Amino acid sequence: MSDTALDPFADNPNKRTALVQGGLNFGQVTEKVCSVIEGKTSKIWWMCLGVSLSLLSVLGISIGYLIWEGVGIWGVNNPVGWGWAIVNFVFWVGIGHAGTLISAILFLLRQNWRTGVNRFAEAMTLMAVACAGIFPGVHIGRVWAAYWMFPLPNQMGLWPNFRSPLLWDMFAVSTYATVSLLFWYVGLIPDLATARDRAKSKIAKIAYGICALGWTGANRHWQSYERAYATLAALATPLVLSVHTIVSFDFAVANLPGWHTTIFPPYFVAGAVFSGFAMVISLLVPIRKIFNLEEIITVRHLENMNKIILATGTMVGYAYGMEFFIAWYSGVELEVFAFVNRAFGEPFGWAYWIMVTCNVISPQLFWFKKIRTSLVAMFIISIFVNIGMWFERFVITMTLHRDFMPSSWGEYHPTFWDVSIFVGSWGLFLTLLLLFLRFVPMVAIAEVKIVMPEADPHHGEEH
Amino acid sequence: MAKEEKIHGIVSEFKTPKEIYHAAETFRDAGFKKFEVYTPFPIHGMDEAMGLKATILPWIILACGITGMTIGICLSTWSSSETWLFGIEGGYKMIISGKPDSFEGIYEFIPVIFETTILLSAFGAVFGMIGLNGLPKLYHPLFTHDSFAKVSDDGFFLCVESDDPLYNEAKIKELFEKAGGENVNQITE
Repeated sequence: MSDTALDPFADNPNKRTALVQGGLNFGQVTEKVCSVIEGKTSKIWWMCLGVSLSLLSVLGISIGYLIWEGVGIWGVNNPVGWGWAIVNFVFWVGIGHAGTLISAILFLLRQNWRTGVNRFAEAMTLMAVACAGIFPGVHIGRVWAAYWMFPLPNQMGLWPNFRSPLLWDMFAVSTYATVSLLFWYVGLIPDLATARDRAKSKIAKIAYGICALGWTGANRHWQSYERAYATLAALATPLVLSVHTIVSFDFAVANLPGWHTTIFPPYFVAGAVFSGFAMVISLLVPIRKIFNLEEIITVRHLENMNKIILATGTMVGYAYGMEFFIAWYSGVELEVFAFVNRAFGEPFGWAYWIMVTCNVISPQLFWFKKIRTSLVAMFIISIFVNIGMWFERFVITMTLHRDFMPSSWGEYHPTFWDVSIFVGSWGLFLTLLLLFLRFVPMVAIAEVKIVMPEADPHHGEEH
Repeated sequence: MAKEEKIHGIVSEFKTPKEIYHAAETFRDAGFKKFEVYTPFPIHGMDEAMGLKATILPWIILACGITGMTIGICLSTWSSSETWLFGIEGGYKMIISGKPDSFEGIYEFIPVIFETTILLSAFGAVFGMIGLNGLPKLYHPLFTHDSFAKVSDDGFFLCVESDDPLYNEAKIKELFEKAGGENVNQITE
């Protein structure tokens, strides 16, 4: 069957082209994906690595100075005790959620198109969670006492408070990071075996060989493997929802106007998925081009993700509106004030409108098929969404500057070190991303083969 | 090598998932038990075609999940109570906003209990799978086969192992021929 006779975007699945385009067979799929990790290291890669390592050193210096001098180098003070650190933490955790959504929820929903992008999205989850983990780690001031967050008694036999959302957060994020890593690694095992079997150099053979654990592709192994994979998907699905719910509890459990609302958990989860998919689009649009993977990560994959961005963006917009309505409907003066101040007041009213423009208005353009399938348009909109979602967390956190009593109102001004640690966290993200692209198969080779029509043992048989 | 080598089995290569699927059915119907199919990706329905029983992995995961839940419940209730179950001395009673502790206050411990349940279930799934499969095992007799490297690319292999009670070289080779297998080889341990 030729690609031209069928429409890759047809609404009727029977009239659609295959997920893998260009008539590739199993061997060519392996070849295409593996050529990325086997070819000569390109100059562009070295240049990108140089830039990201410089950013990473900015992170190192910022954290070093922070530990040396203390959190006083940041702009946080009463009443704004939470500044960019929590904004950046929520921003990065949220980005991670797209990976789990693609790998777990779309797996359970039998969305076969996920196979083209799940490996990359899961890797992005791990990198984003690594970036997120830095902020709660360093914001406590005395980092050498970070183990106080663990469930251990102190010298008086006093245990951490298990009723605190911050402790829940510690459990949720560390479980999430561990399970995401395991899920990603389990998915990788067969592809590491592919890399092992193709490796030319001795070092590569040994390194991939050890990581592949001696995988042979035996059917008895596949049997347990598939069961483990499906169970992990089923475990990761409630996990990912719980993680951002608990992140939202960090705010929602506090008795503060503008934070103490029941809409926070679903609103945060939708926002997290929204921002994560935007990040996948921002990264995959250039990467599929650079590494010549356009037949495996097709425009149909991207279009599907844009549809999810549209859906979750609309949910986020609904949440913004509903928050405002409930604030008014509650009749609580301070609640109304907090929201009106957020949108129209001093000093951060402008941030609210950046948030609304980027998160509510820009994704609505995805209603048009032309825009949903245009690489340039989706790239620009995804950048807008990333900016908007950072500002969403900024707007929520900055509610703090108008305290209960006007006499305790304050201002917040980020300092150089607030900015440098955020910029530096991009260095960590990009460095890990580049290492991943160079050394690990960025498309799940075995999984892509499963969704090809030839993989069906009854392919071509008459029923 | 001078000393006598033990035979692992006879292996043959197939070109497509369809061929290997029907080959597995052929060997199952001929009464073979100790044969294995090696493929680049899991093939739908292969477990039935080979006549395999279901894996016990879900039970391992369930056991791990229950363990995780129990750890979560005990950790959160014990550490915050003065006297725990059965009169056991608890950790340290902490009164926060006058809220109930131990089992009466268990609602606020649910996030922690949930996370420990998920964490241990995931460990059960991953390490259970690796354990059941006998991994890591960096050597396998088939790795000595010339074209077995294709198993992680586009090669489909069927190997009948020498400890099968019906093991008979001529009979196996005949069945391979019938099923369309190519490149039939005997593999030593």
